Amino acid sequence: MTDSAAPAAASTGQMIEGSAIPRFTRGHRLQHDKVRNLWLVQAPEKAFVADPVAASVLQRIDGARSLDAIIDDLASTYDAPRPAIAADVQAMLSGLMAKKVIAI
Amino acid sequence: MNAVPSPRIPPPMSLLAELTHRCPLACPYCSNPVAMDRKSEELSTADWLRVLDEAADLGVLQAHFSGGEPMARPDLPELIAHAVQRGLYTNLITSGVLMDERRFTALRDAGLDHVQLSFQDVETAGAERIGHLPGAQAKKLAAAKLIADDGMPMTLNFVVHRENVVRIPQMIDLAAQLGAGRVEIAHTQYYGWGLRNRAALLPSRAQLEQSEVDVAAARARYGDSLAIDFVTPDYHLERPKPCMDGWGRRFLNVTPAGRVLPCHAAETIPGVEFPNLREQSLGAIWNDSALFNLFRGTAWMPEPCASCDRREIDWGGCRCQALALTGNARNTDPVCGLSPFHDVVLEAREEERTPELIFRQFETVR
Repeated sequence: MTDSAAPAAASTGQMIEGSAIPRFTRGHRLQHDKVRNLWLVQAPEKAFVADPVAASVLQRIDGARSLDAIIDDLASTYDAPRPAIAADVQAMLSGLMAKKVIAI
Repeated sequence: MNAVPSPRIPPPMSLLAELTHRCPLACPYCSNPVAMDRKSEELSTADWLRVLDEAADLGVLQAHFSGGEPMARPDLPELIAHAVQRGLYTNLITSGVLMDERRFTALRDAGLDHVQLSFQDVETAGAERIGHLPGAQAKKLAAAKLIADDGMPMTLNFVVHRENVVRIPQMIDLAAQLGAGRVEIAHTQYYGWGLRNRAALLPSRAQLEQSEVDVAAARARYGDSLAIDFVTPDYHLERPKPCMDGWGRRFLNVTPAGRVLPCHAAETIPGVEFPNLREQSLGAIWNDSALFNLFRGTAWMPEPCASCDRREIDWGGCRCQALALTGNARNTDPVCGLSPFHDVVLEAREEERTPELIFRQFETVR
């Protein structure tokens, strides 16, 4: 088990469609750790710490909201330009899809 | 002036719950101690429920249900359901030989997150020579199918040694065919039963090098589609493994009889009391017991560890191996090329091999 690797990873993978609905794959879940006061992704035989930026994205992955809806929500919550948020979320989710933490 | 407060001890991440030492298999490298706990000494269901509550409160994130064969305990689904309810990630470490559809359904319905299923070999004859249970291989293959058909995440575990190390490529292929997302290829660790059988199990240098080549080739072939974990045999390394990632840093082990240990082999260490959950809380044991503080951090270290720039990487290696091979658990792990006792490891690499195995069993007299 590691507490060092942040799940966010740059990726050169394909763009995810805005209408796609991301979800955690079976065996992976986001969890708040009350003892350490941080967010982490539980995975088979390890756990990743989600830094605050990653956690704000992952908290919105509920298997119901589309990628576009998640990006809209982040842009409005953080009052940030949508294209910058979209690029960050795309890069992070394609990294997690390669690791099979997230699927669409 | 007040006393200097002791620095806060980081909470544990991981609990290995050894529910029982009973097992239908008799693998000669079993990680259980040579002197095993009997059924009459095992913790009750209520005891285990309390352990899980205390572990979650303390900061444990993942509970690994192990043994012996944990499926020999009829309360396993109840314990898993409780761990799930407390937010623990649940992992079942099993041989699979007691799995059937009814039992698997009960575990799945309890919320089990992941199964680590052990195989002794890809060939039935080799597997059943090691496990010493006729018919086991077919039961394991059936268990893998139940798990994969359900879609539950699964890791296949193979312990490798002189007799089966040549079949690593087929082991990895089997994991992929059975639908596992991960496979562990773990060289035998030479403590307890494994140490008793070292002359039969320790691979040659050439076999070790081939195993590294085979794992690298499989990783290139499977890419992201299969995660391959490889545990090297430390007798052939120049620096020791960071055993348990440091004593009392992340990991705690509860034995069937309720003793709490920093590693599953720690009961070999003389001159220290092994704290028991029947008498103390998990938190008190983790933070304050003599056992957990014995080799915690770096202050206990002798040279060459004390001044080594790898002291917080290797953590001095394995205490139980230092004890088994040098007679003193405080010594640097003799696997380290800097250890004054490194010769014992060099000699073991060259020792005469034997095909005779001593199978795991309960001793008749304790």
